[in-house]
Amino acid sequence: MAKVELRSVGKSFGDVPVLAGIDLDIADGEFLTLVGASGCGKSTLLRIIAGLEVQSSGSVLIDGAPVDHLRPHERRVAMVFQSYALYPHMRVFGNIALPLVMSRLGLFDRLPLLRALSLRRRRVMPEIAREVHAVAAQLQIDALLERRPSQLSGGQRQRVALGRAMVRQPAAFLMDEPLSNLDAKLRVHMRTELADLHARLGATFIYVTHDQIEAMTMSNRVAMMDNGAILQLGRPGDLYARPASVKVAQFIGTPAINLLPARVSAQHSVELFGAELPIRVPRPVGAALTLGIRPEAITPAPLGAPAAGRHVLVGRLHRSENLGAEYIVHVDLAQPASGVVICKIAADPESLVDGARDLALVFSPAACHVFDAEGHRIADAEVPNVASGVGAVSMSAVHP
Amino acid sequence: MATSLPLPGQAHRVRPVTPASALARRMLTLLIVHGVLIAGAMFILLPFVWMVVTSIKSPPEIFAVDFSLWPKHFNGVENYGNALGKVPLLRFALNGVIVCGVILVVQVLVAVPCAYALAKLRFPGRTTMFALVLLGLCIPIQVPALPLYMGLARLGLLNTYFAIMMPFFLSVFAIFLFRQFFRSYPDEIIHAARLDGMSEFEIVWRIVVPSAWPAIAAFSVFSLVAHWNDLYWPLIVISDTHLATPPLGMMFFADAESGSNYGALTAAATVLTAPLVIAFLIARRRFIQGITMTGIK
Amino acid sequence: MTAAAAVATSATLPPRNRQQLIERLAGCGFAFPAFALLLLIDIIPLAVLLYLSFTDYQLGALDTHFLGLDNFAKALADPVFRRSITNTFVYVAIVLPLAVGLGLLIAVLLHGRKRTRSFYEVVYFLPVTSTLIAMATVWQFLLHPSLGPINGMLRTVGVHEIAFLSEPAYVLPTLAAIGIWHLVGFNMVLFLAGLSAIPRDLYEAAEIDGCRGGIDRFLTITWPLLGPTTMFVIVTTSITAFKVFDTVAVMTRGGPMGSSEVLLYAIYLEGYQYFHMGYAAALTLVFLVFVLLFSILQTFVLDRRVHY
Repeated sequence: MAKVELRSVGKSFGDVPVLAGIDLDIADGEFLTLVGASGCGKSTLLRIIAGLEVQSSGSVLIDGAPVDHLRPHERRVAMVFQSYALYPHMRVFGNIALPLVMSRLGLFDRLPLLRALSLRRRRVMPEIAREVHAVAAQLQIDALLERRPSQLSGGQRQRVALGRAMVRQPAAFLMDEPLSNLDAKLRVHMRTELADLHARLGATFIYVTHDQIEAMTMSNRVAMMDNGAILQLGRPGDLYARPASVKVAQFIGTPAINLLPARVSAQHSVELFGAELPIRVPRPVGAALTLGIRPEAITPAPLGAPAAGRHVLVGRLHRSENLGAEYIVHVDLAQPASGVVICKIAADPESLVDGARDLALVFSPAACHVFDAEGHRIADAEVPNVASGVGAVSMSAVHP
Repeated sequence: MATSLPLPGQAHRVRPVTPASALARRMLTLLIVHGVLIAGAMFILLPFVWMVVTSIKSPPEIFAVDFSLWPKHFNGVENYGNALGKVPLLRFALNGVIVCGVILVVQVLVAVPCAYALAKLRFPGRTTMFALVLLGLCIPIQVPALPLYMGLARLGLLNTYFAIMMPFFLSVFAIFLFRQFFRSYPDEIIHAARLDGMSEFEIVWRIVVPSAWPAIAAFSVFSLVAHWNDLYWPLIVISDTHLATPPLGMMFFADAESGSNYGALTAAATVLTAPLVIAFLIARRRFIQGITMTGIK
Repeated sequence: MTAAAAVATSATLPPRNRQQLIERLAGCGFAFPAFALLLLIDIIPLAVLLYLSFTDYQLGALDTHFLGLDNFAKALADPVFRRSITNTFVYVAIVLPLAVGLGLLIAVLLHGRKRTRSFYEVVYFLPVTSTLIAMATVWQFLLHPSLGPINGMLRTVGVHEIAFLSEPAYVLPTLAAIGIWHLVGFNMVLFLAGLSAIPRDLYEAAEIDGCRGGIDRFLTITWPLLGPTTMFVIVTTSITAFKVFDTVAVMTRGGPMGSSEVLLYAIYLEGYQYFHMGYAAALTLVFLVFVLLFSILQTFVLDRRVHY
């Protein structure tokens, strides 16, 4: 169990830059997820940590010592591949035992015919067998040890891949989208298993995925990557509640965050569709802004309902999707070319609309995220403390 | 600080690789690899180089005790003229083209419908037919050669183009190969074509075959090479030099020239080997594809 | 109900639908030419062979006698025939491991190269496309005791010159070397295809697990996963080697003193030079049995162990 540090790690394939200088500290025993869309460089970064790729610049340190010149197996990391990469010609026992066989037996102890003569092999194999059985029991695959990978289900194969990693007692577990090949239900189940495994082993897990749900549910910290750089590093809750950029805000959370165009008003507040929101923005007047509101922060309500302390937008119900526990509501905003706002509600929105299918969208300014024209979060935007009942609420009541 | 702490039970051999030793090791590996490859390549190319070089040498140099690679006196024109004149080399090549061309065309015409039927249609005797095809795969041409020879002799058809080509009209290998290919062809397209009113015959030739073009091209390469270079059967049925295919022609020439005119001999060898080699250099990808397909059984 | 009436009734029963009928007709029609040719080229000749092998028919003979299994007995006892079988097996025994092993070696060495790969592929594959007869003639010159460069080089090194093709002990290995020269490129291409089929992440997983060098990688991953390809290469190489004829016919004609007379050449002589059709038919059947043994037996024995 070790800590892993990356210092200005960069990588280019020929002229094509894939990773900009990445700095990252992963604590001992932490579950860190690298998340991002395809092509953002997360898998490349993982492979650089493993030693399968050589970085163009920068350094990787494991437990404080640089490992840049060490071969993969000398770095004491274990990797679980997306395709599991199980050796198809060996049984499960052989697959899990291979790392131990490789490290404890020399070439001659392993050659097909000569190895019958090896004394060391005779001494070492029972030890190896014991360790393999121990790991298999932990993962509940000890009944499968004599099978070949082609005879296993997806979930079983994944556990064998995990076993092969665990048996090495590595400094860090590197996982490259291990759940992507599983069906949805199994994926949910394996998420829990992986989280439990992490808790039990207390090992350092470095996990790569494009699925933000996996990132949010399993990790201690999440590093969201885009175009070879880390956009934000923090606890899952932080990425959700305080996204550092529009991209992060859009990536985390389902359905995706609503983004509305706004400006800095003459009073250095947010001006949205002609109305002022009580959010102070210390930026030049007239500067373009993007206002982000999560669907779960918007409450659809009938027109004219009281909305003390909160802001209201008006729109027409476009479509609602019934998920059972809640509805996802698509609303066309009254303002032309403003697009569709998505929000969530437990009750049937049909009950809220008037004859023209208009309804009000109520939200609190405190739940808004303000981004500047480049998409970066405006950290010093503040919402003055509005006690309920006091404070004007402006309504954008432009009816079509 | 140590790069890693040896864990209990692990015989740990930490061998940190310095950039210099890594580079040295890579250079050494490259040297050995290319050394072996080049040695092999020299062995492979030796006859080709020698063949071409000898074909432009003059007799004194060929018979000289101290051999040199490059001719001092250029005698190419005479050697080649000799070869082309004494023996109808171009005729041999022409025969090769005719024979291989017709064989290929008939093979494809026979094999494609049969393969399609075996792959996509249900008809009585289908399993038997496929079993027969598999059996045919195991029977080399040298086996039925004897009775076929006798039959052709009885019919007075020896020494004809037909005699050379006839046993090869059927290529069970083509049937097998195309069947594999057709099996993976989507049924829906065929159903759609049927609904559009196409006859089975049209479906085969206008819809399925165009998509099987890579397989057909690859097989063509395989067939052309095999039959251009075939000696056994032409040797049996042809005794007339006018009809000789390239290998047989070469043998006739070698017989006639036994021991003496190596210049002309190698010139002839060059002329007869050149077409396929040149074709190979041009259509390399197809050749290798054709060979690889035989491995995908 | 009489038999005739039963037949008449069944004849009027239509197939379930027209489409099925069309399929059946088309199927039969499409397969018919191939079937007819199969009959003509393989099945009938096989039957004729079988019949001939039991007779003492000679081409142009006036009468034929039924001999039972005498031809086969004669073949087993015939020293010429037995020698041809031995020669052929010796030839195969030399060619098979070397053609397969060298093909594999070259393929493994080439697999990692990027820039030089095409060049070497072309070079090694050239012999496969070349007309073996023509090249055999060149080889004859190359191996010539006094005129050939190979002996020339041996002389400059100080070694006594070797009569490759006229010394009985050297003939078969020499022919085998030429056979290997001819086949290596073909096997190399097949092995390259097999190597490309091995998923890359298996090698990466193995590297992380501790596979250090090329030998480790080869033993742990490459060799086991090349199983099906290797099996195919072994079968085709052994059959091709077994069918050796061209080089013998052009270079040695079975000499010196029959030391290079291989099975196919013996059959060729018996059937098309001496016209002992009955005897040649028996020999051909023996040949066929061997070929079948090579292909079917090998496939069955190796197939199970080789697919995962």
